[in-house]
Amino acid sequence: MIPLHYYLIVAAMLFCIGLAGALIRRSAIMVLVGIELMLNAANLNFIAFWRYSPNPDGSQGVMFAIFSIAIAAAEAAVGLALIIALYRHYRSTDVAEEGKKE
Amino acid sequence: MELAFVIIATVTLGGAVAVMSLRHLVHCALALVVTFAGLGAMYLLLSAEFVAFVQLLVYVGAVAILIVFALLLTRSATVEPHQGLLHSKVAGVGIALLAFGTIISALLTSSRFDRTQITAPSLTVRQIGEELMTRYVLPLEVIGLLLTAATIGAVVIAMDERKVADRSKSAEPEHAAEDKHG
Repeated sequence: MIPLHYYLIVAAMLFCIGLAGALIRRSAIMVLVGIELMLNAANLNFIAFWRYSPNPDGSQGVMFAIFSIAIAAAEAAVGLALIIALYRHYRSTDVAEEGKKE
Repeated sequence: MELAFVIIATVTLGGAVAVMSLRHLVHCALALVVTFAGLGAMYLLLSAEFVAFVQLLVYVGAVAILIVFALLLTRSATVEPHQGLLHSKVAGVGIALLAFGTIISALLTSSRFDRTQITAPSLTVRQIGEELMTRYVLPLEVIGLLLTAATIGAVVIAMDERKVADRSKSAEPEHAAEDKHG
């Protein structure tokens, strides 16, 4: 049987890859993708803790993950709309360039 | 079981590294699909079948496609400009490694996470549906409202302002004429 640690370590690695990407990428879309990866790592933790909880027949963990996925979808839609509006204004999605123009 | 876990974890993390390191942004979007699918497989391994299918439908089916649309609409589908900011790159990776070290040290020193699976859960989709309609009906309604608001908000934000302004300008003279007749 796989111990709970392994899932938590995978989730931690995924979170840190997403964090590094959100910090170093220059394209605003890729920053948003990094945030999505971090959200996914949190979802993996929800499901892992639910599976290894003393009472896995309860549905709380699954419900939490489903609602979290729905929130992430709403966030992605609004975030990408913002990036498109930003592109129309600056003609670029480069985060570093947009800072210099101010 | 353990072999399956190792393979899925390798594919997922390899996909995530590819997402964040490839230069061509469309390749990044394709690697993102691999990562999301790998996470779906991991949910199946954790016997959360419904969440796995939701993950495939929402992330692979909607979010990844939305990101490809955004890439093509902003014409950033070409190669990302050369990353000349070396110090910010080093700082970003350093911060991420620091966060990773903190999480891992907390994970390995605490005995709280030393758990094993007791029994396979017997949560069916029917049960999930019934719970959503009884115990979780209020959060479900709230999330529906949130998604509606997010959709309308996304359309309003992404709408071309100049086109809307032109349309209202061309509509104004008609109103003036109507006012005179009135």
